[in-house]
Amino acid sequence: MKNILKLEKIEKYYGNKSSLTKAINNISFDVFEGEFVAIMGSSGSGKTTLLNCISTIDRVTSGHIYVNGEDITKLKGNHLNKFRREELGFIFQDFNLLDTLTAYENIALALSIQNVDAKEIDKRVKEVARDLDIKGVLEKYPYQMSGGQKQRVASARAIITNPKLVLADEPTGALDSKSSKMLLERFNYLNNELKATILMVTHDAFTASYASRVIFIKDGKIFNEINRGDDTRKEFFDKIIDVVTLLGGDLNDAL
Amino acid sequence: MMLCKLSLKNIKKSFKDYAIYFFTLILGVAIFYVFNAIDSQTVMMDVTSSTYEIIKLMTNMLSGVSVFVSFILGFLVIYASRFLIKRRNKEFGIYLTLGMSKRKISLVLFFETLFIGIISLIIGLGLGAVLSQFMSLLVANMFDANMTKFTFIFSGSACIKTIVYFGIMYLLVMIFNTINISKCKLIELLYARKKAERIKLKNPLFCTIIFIISSIVLGYAYYLVTAGFVKLDTADKIYIPIVMGIVSTFFLFWSLSGLLLKIFMSMKNIYYKGLNCFTLRQFSSKINTTVFSMTVICLMLFITICVLSSALSIKNSMTANLNELAPVDVQLTKPLHIMDESSNEEIILDSKISVRQTLLKNDFNIDEYLKDVVEFNTYSSNDITLRSTLGSRLDKITNQYKYLRYDSTETIMKISDYNKIAKVYGNREYTLKDNEYLIVADFDSMISIRNEALKAGETIVINNQIFYPKYKECKDGFIEISSNHVNDGVILVPDEVADNLKADHNSIVANYKKKSDKEKEKINEKLNKIIETTWNKTSLTSLNSKIYIAEASIGLGALVTFIGLYLGIVFLISSAAILALKELSESSDNKNRFTMLRRLGADEKVINKALFRQIGIFFMFPLLLAILHSIFGLKFSTMILETFGTDGLLSSIIMTAVFLVVIYGGYFLLTYICSKNIIKER
Repeated sequence: MKNILKLEKIEKYYGNKSSLTKAINNISFDVFEGEFVAIMGSSGSGKTTLLNCISTIDRVTSGHIYVNGEDITKLKGNHLNKFRREELGFIFQDFNLLDTLTAYENIALALSIQNVDAKEIDKRVKEVARDLDIKGVLEKYPYQMSGGQKQRVASARAIITNPKLVLADEPTGALDSKSSKMLLERFNYLNNELKATILMVTHDAFTASYASRVIFIKDGKIFNEINRGDDTRKEFFDKIIDVVTLLGGDLNDAL
Repeated sequence: MMLCKLSLKNIKKSFKDYAIYFFTLILGVAIFYVFNAIDSQTVMMDVTSSTYEIIKLMTNMLSGVSVFVSFILGFLVIYASRFLIKRRNKEFGIYLTLGMSKRKISLVLFFETLFIGIISLIIGLGLGAVLSQFMSLLVANMFDANMTKFTFIFSGSACIKTIVYFGIMYLLVMIFNTINISKCKLIELLYARKKAERIKLKNPLFCTIIFIISSIVLGYAYYLVTAGFVKLDTADKIYIPIVMGIVSTFFLFWSLSGLLLKIFMSMKNIYYKGLNCFTLRQFSSKINTTVFSMTVICLMLFITICVLSSALSIKNSMTANLNELAPVDVQLTKPLHIMDESSNEEIILDSKISVRQTLLKNDFNIDEYLKDVVEFNTYSSNDITLRSTLGSRLDKITNQYKYLRYDSTETIMKISDYNKIAKVYGNREYTLKDNEYLIVADFDSMISIRNEALKAGETIVINNQIFYPKYKECKDGFIEISSNHVNDGVILVPDEVADNLKADHNSIVANYKKKSDKEKEKINEKLNKIIETTWNKTSLTSLNSKIYIAEASIGLGALVTFIGLYLGIVFLISSAAILALKELSESSDNKNRFTMLRRLGADEKVINKALFRQIGIFFMFPLLLAILHSIFGLKFSTMILETFGTDGLLSSIIMTAVFLVVIYGGYFLLTYICSKNIIKER
């Protein structure tokens, strides 16, 4: 299977000599094409920093990150922007939809930044809207939508460019359990049917149980990693809970 | 003390937001000082006493205008500070939740206003003091005065006045802030920004209808002030097009905002190209809430353009006219053969002799002091009135111009007399056959009225003899020296015809025999003394001299220029500052949106371009309509100011454009740069 993301001994330090915080302390792992990986950890474990580094919003102190074989820690300026708009898709906890635009326009924006022509945009927006079941809200503004709808619109925006990798930061953080479930099922659909590679950061065991692999992080290091294999979601969920209990600390709250 | 520190830190922290506000305050203070310090600046100049009188009058007028200006600036300051306060609602909310009392928050604001006020006054006055040195150069240049010595002058009175006026403004700001704070509720403060802005797309059909109606109304207002000018036959009717203009401006913005978006949205290829869709939405989401301020800004820009251009053009043509319209040094005129019983005996006696003789009686020998002397009479006849000269054209013209005095008698002159004057003046000379007449005039609207009659070949009858017009139009010329084009028509006839008419006035035009300005002024004074002492006692002889005309017109020119500049600059700054503040605060709100765009992978260049366009559209939209307004407004003002001549209009429009580009463009660039800083990723 093709290696989409490769992290090589990355480290991220904050602060100065006198008080050094190692947010990420020597992490390496790979994500392969078509995988749905969840990164779990308590707050302060470094999981969001990790995501920021992968998404090129933040820079690593040392180590390398390869996306699709390209070392993105070497990218600068407009190459970075090009990389972001062509290889990555983002989904955030607080949706980050532009409130002045309709859902349709929000989704279309990701394509129009890539200078795709209007007809093509229209075709693809309608396709993705069908996949994510948001056809009904396309003409609505963000303030007219529910949280779940907003997150699905945000997801549509993230995947419409056919990115190599979709990065999701606590995508269910602001959703109720019903909307969460609906969203995650859509993620599975994207993952299985559209072969989207998804890397998701979460502290919620239920959310993580939809992934095919879960990586646990504690104090900036990888603590454990479990594969779903042929388990049912329920069985996988129980396994995750076991690790969480082992991890102790804040993550126990996830129970 | 802690509150003091807090407010100082706040200012420092929100300097990005405050920069333009601060900048505007400093400019306001400086300009206020400069225009109030003009009279102190003239100390270093060598000016005549009468020029000094004019400058005194001018400074009085300027200080009157200052009151008006302070209202505008006061409005601006209060508006701007409320704007900035609103942006900090959350901060105040946090203070309140931390248990700070409202009184203390007011105190923090009080200190902030105090600090900003003091700093802006100090810097503004410093800047003003420097600028006013340049101003004195301008004043000296305008009054043709020599700068005897250059000293750095600081006007204490102007300084105090500035401090008092701005002090009052800042005090008002403090009061407003206190009221604002005491009225607000915690929940509103904390969640003020969470309130989702409702974006309603207006019904396009309704928009189109409103757009068409307001365009028609605006078009009609334009028509009224230009081609349909004659319909405004009384002064108060001028309000009709003004009100129509204001209302239609508002609705134009209102409908255009909805309409333009609709149009662009239907052009899918453009709309979904790059960040166009984002930019347009940004624009339309705001214009819904800013139609009113757009209207105000558009109108203020319109006033600025008109005031500046007209003022500068008056000034230009005043100086340009002087050499052309006052080609000789002096003109003395007196009425002849007064029958009026109410005048005293002496005046009636005096009215039987010529100007030369009257002067001689007062120990002034014309030949001793004057050269190039031309003495002439003008004549009139009760039969020859404007009514009779217009002949068959009368009905049509009375329809158009109701308020002309049709029954006043026309001024008639011998052709040979006129030629003598024309020779001295350097104007064209004419010849007439026995049965011909011609009209000289230089007042444009009267020329067009008279041309109607001349084109129709209207004859005039003097002593039962018929005269035909030699030319089909009025010829350019005048007999009275003046600063403006005021000759509404003099009829020239063959010499022997006039001999049978009643001589109406006797005049002398001449140059002074001396060369230097000083000596000329002496003769001028001598003559003036005679005229003043005899006026209405023994004689009705009046004096007009190039020196007086020059002083009056320079004075008027300078007055108009300074008031124009003052008002124009203040209006320009106010409107640009309002726009800039609005845009800047939007930019801080937009920060998240731009961050989002970056995450989506938009290039920095593309983002900056979008920002530039967004701000550009906001600055251009009111300006474009204001320019359109101004085209017609200036047409109207040239009609009103016709007598002053409008020769310099083009150059003054260019000057105005320079002002616009520098100030308005400067604010635009400043806004763009500040916004770019605000949305920059940390």
